[in-house]
Amino acid sequence: MTKNKIIVLREGINSTFQDLGRNNFYHIGLPFSGAMDKRNYLIANKLVGNQHNEAVIEFAYQGPLLKIEEGNINFAISGDVKFNIKKDDKLFNGQCYKTYFLSKNDEIDIISTNKSVYGYFAVSGGFELNKYFGSFSTTVRANVGSNNGNKLSKNEKFLIKDIKNKNISKNIEYINSKVEYIRILKGTNFDYFSDDSINDLTSKKFLVSNLSDRMGMRLQGSKIKNMKETNIRSEGLVKGVIQVPADGDPIIMLSDHGTIGGYPKIAVVISADYDKLIQIPPGNTLKFKLIELKEAENLYKLYQMETENLLNQI
Amino acid sequence: MIKNISNLGDASLYCNFGDEINQRINSNVIKYFKNIQKKKIKGINNLTPSYNKLIISFDLNLINFEDLKKKIEDINISDEDEIKNQKIIKIPICCDDEFALDIDRLSLKLKLSKKDIFKKYLDTEYFCYMTGFVAGMPFLGDIDNKLRLERLETPRVKVPKGSVGITEQFANIYTFESPGGWNILGNTPLKIFDQKNETKPTLINPGDKVLFYQISKKEYLKFNDKK
Repeated sequence: MTKNKIIVLREGINSTFQDLGRNNFYHIGLPFSGAMDKRNYLIANKLVGNQHNEAVIEFAYQGPLLKIEEGNINFAISGDVKFNIKKDDKLFNGQCYKTYFLSKNDEIDIISTNKSVYGYFAVSGGFELNKYFGSFSTTVRANVGSNNGNKLSKNEKFLIKDIKNKNISKNIEYINSKVEYIRILKGTNFDYFSDDSINDLTSKKFLVSNLSDRMGMRLQGSKIKNMKETNIRSEGLVKGVIQVPADGDPIIMLSDHGTIGGYPKIAVVISADYDKLIQIPPGNTLKFKLIELKEAENLYKLYQMETENLLNQI
Repeated sequence: MIKNISNLGDASLYCNFGDEINQRINSNVIKYFKNIQKKKIKGINNLTPSYNKLIISFDLNLINFEDLKKKIEDINISDEDEIKNQKIIKIPICCDDEFALDIDRLSLKLKLSKKDIFKKYLDTEYFCYMTGFVAGMPFLGDIDNKLRLERLETPRVKVPKGSVGITEQFANIYTFESPGGWNILGNTPLKIFDQKNETKPTLINPGDKVLFYQISKKEYLKFNDKK
């Protein structure tokens, strides 16, 4: 029997296998990792009829060029992504949030993400990969996870599990809404910073710098002035923490962040806004809005309900 | 024991055990860490012990800050309780010039001979305060009073894997090649983080004791040959 197999003809800028991430390894220095944009990850898997925890290929900016080497695949792409499909030697534009059925020698060329950063490529049945530390997610910095802890590279081949449903036809209308504000809670060192700087943080625009990746997002704007101590005793970090080093430029910890850090924590991005935060590309600006814990918890419930509603429509 | 608990974002508890750094406070952090880990409280998805803090992360779908805070406040651990399963781990280190990248700087700044520095370093039994930053990196202390020095003014872009470094009262081992500013005085051929060993990926864990012993370059090179 022929296996379903794809080959990577171009690897893209930062293409990795991801799932919902791994729990319970912060204490040995392993971050959660997992799909940066959880909602789009879940939608991609649902569109191709997978369980919610199958591995998908996450890509950033420019995605991979993939070719079906053996067998057939059903796939879907989520995010705001421009891609082409070559099917039976005919080339056409692909649509996000829609499943396609391809056969041997067909190609998918993921050209770019539009005004966003991350997109997801899911296949029916999922990829044939092993879990490491309970997850398919690749943490490149620790060399842990699928594909020996590495990004996808050219000429690599991956097997896809057998598809039960030959030709799934599913789609969903979904627009990745743009954000007005990224909402934050006070951090544990909020009172280290001057009133003027707190005012700047919550009223001025900050530029997302090119030095942003799965580990962190660096911001530039008004310098945030520390009145007390520019270093603290090293302690744990979590996703969404905004640290301010001595230079005054904030850094937001993202999914592959170092688990311990020694810079003061001015604020933390709320869980409900994380998916939107990570989609803001370098060169764009963002604004923060300070809210209270109860409100953040309610916003998360809302986010969760919206996600479930979307998944139920598929 | 826990001085106070606040929220770090909407999905983590920030437990403060005090402002100083010493083994007594850190032992308390580790006791809580081990106790909570064993309890398997629903919703907790990560624990990060450090010198004097414990961060408890949770799944906001399963529990919230107030409810988990109550559960943690109800835990009773006394100051006298010992850390269980404390191990002594012996780490080989080669201190030849090619590995001891900052020995000249240390010697100059500390006004000690190279030999004295190595002797003082090797004569101390260390305590592992925490593991992390990158996978498996142990933060050890306390180093001899006379060996304490600040970080490099300009951190290295690449510190070789296995490098053993010191700064202030602490020592660590670089488990991956990475940027860093600690004063490097040797290198170990021993695998400190093994991603292939999922049941026991880290050789050194919080609360463990660590001793270093010096090996020659020849032994260093042969170290990973023997089974």
